[in-house]
Amino acid sequence: MIRDKDRILNLILISPSILAVLIFIYAFIGWSIRVSLSKWKGLTPDYTWNGLNNFTELFADPRFAVDVRNTLIFTGVFVAGSLLLGFFLAVMLDQGLRGEGFFRSLFLFPMAISYIVTGVVWRWLMNPAMGTRLSGLNLLFSYIGLDSLASAWHTTPRWGMAAIALAAIWQMSGYTMALYLAGLRAIPQELKEAAQIDGASELQIYRHIMLPLLAPVTLSALIILGHMSLKVFDLIVAIAGKQLELDVPAIYMWQATFDGLFYGRGAAIGILLLISVAALIIPYIRFTLKTEAQQ
Amino acid sequence: MKGLRIGKNWLYLPLIGMAVFYLLPMYVILVTGFKSFGEIDLKTMWNLPRGIALDNYIEAYSKLAPSLWNSFSMVIPAAIISSFLGSLNGFILAKWKFRGADFIFPFILFGMFIPYQSILIPLVQFMKAVGITGLAGLAMAHIIYGIPITTLTFRNYYASLPQELLEAAKIDGADMLGIYRYILLPISLPSFVVVLIWQFTSAWNDFLFAVVLTGNTDWPITVALNNMAGRGIISWNVQMAGSLLAALPTLLVYIFLGRYFLRGLLAGSLKG
Repeated sequence: MIRDKDRILNLILISPSILAVLIFIYAFIGWSIRVSLSKWKGLTPDYTWNGLNNFTELFADPRFAVDVRNTLIFTGVFVAGSLLLGFFLAVMLDQGLRGEGFFRSLFLFPMAISYIVTGVVWRWLMNPAMGTRLSGLNLLFSYIGLDSLASAWHTTPRWGMAAIALAAIWQMSGYTMALYLAGLRAIPQELKEAAQIDGASELQIYRHIMLPLLAPVTLSALIILGHMSLKVFDLIVAIAGKQLELDVPAIYMWQATFDGLFYGRGAAIGILLLISVAALIIPYIRFTLKTEAQQ
Repeated sequence: MKGLRIGKNWLYLPLIGMAVFYLLPMYVILVTGFKSFGEIDLKTMWNLPRGIALDNYIEAYSKLAPSLWNSFSMVIPAAIISSFLGSLNGFILAKWKFRGADFIFPFILFGMFIPYQSILIPLVQFMKAVGITGLAGLAMAHIIYGIPITTLTFRNYYASLPQELLEAAKIDGADMLGIYRYILLPISLPSFVVVLIWQFTSAWNDFLFAVVLTGNTDWPITVALNNMAGRGIISWNVQMAGSLLAALPTLLVYIFLGRYFLRGLLAGSLKG
């Protein structure tokens, strides 16, 4: 059915995009791998073979150990917080209350804002000053008599990343809410009604019927949020700048490469990030395309 | 059923509580922005302004105006071009399957998720080598790295259209460009809105590409705001006003076209 002329035209029209993707994604990844295996340090490229030394050095590097710890803390708090809050909001909005659209828009608007803006504002909200210089959320807590909640936020030793994850939850939980809400709306109403007739309480329905049916949504959200936390960068830069205590691989990569000119090491961090993201995303893409093909 | 509804009114309590949580940062931005310099004090951060003063906005705008315009001049062409490319690719991948189309698609998709740190060094080297620097280079990066998501959105949309639509046109003798131009393009408007908004928002909000590809004369707004806030010279009240200026374009798009924004969001998780 497809004519030859059209077939050729097709290829001509799509090849610039495919070529761009091939070069800017796949060839560049290959190039990065090559840099990560080189001794390149300084402004001029140096591709002298260095084996896996950049990687083994990283695994022995205390700064990289801090990065891994921070990424784990951030991922744990951010993913768990966004999933729980997102689910909670979606269930509330699923009750057919008036003003649902208004609340939904309200919970989603932080998604439209950049991490930089979020970071700049949250840095002032999470002002750790105590005593007479109390401000931000700590001041708000003292207004309502909850002084004990006052926190050092991101300046808390070891656990500062959890405070940064809080700002990220503010930004991204609306997204999880939207995913869950779409999932809830796709569940046939009859299922719920049947359970009601059987005498199940609202709570039981959500716990034993909705939640299991939403497992695919939870899995998608888990993967999307998880891969975002591996890449977290701008939010931390805007809240804390480049502090060692709040370092993550993406910041280390940036600093090692563009401030320190340790290109080999920077590339190695980039490749490690790519491997960890790929481990999450490749099975996800395969699974999604397979289910799509079955439909 | 009616009794049940009334029984659910207590739900407004947690909902309003959550609304307050989401609005807190916006509240601080807004009230701080409208205070006069004389009222600025971290200790009275939560107090309402005594009047409407524009000192902070004037100061922030005078600092950020050039980078706001840098952002506009880079983001608008980038969003338009990558949307158009995505529509063409999506059409070809969905309706004119060539051999290997299904093989290529997952590789394009993967590009949507990669951490850009893994291509950053080659990107900077390449742009320098070919001499595409500053805002043009940044726009080019947004166009190319936007291809996966724009292609995905359009492919899914075109794939949902009945094949008969094309078959009928083919019988009428229309060639593939004719079908694209006269049949698909006119009905793609909603998808174009979704993709344009998505690309506009992500390019406007990007920091990583901007910080490595531009210098201080062509910084877009995210980099300029971060540098203004990070130096510690500019006081926090001006930072708040600057944050609003930086957030306003995407916020307005969200307020007026939120429905389309949500669809882009879901497409970004492959769920469109």
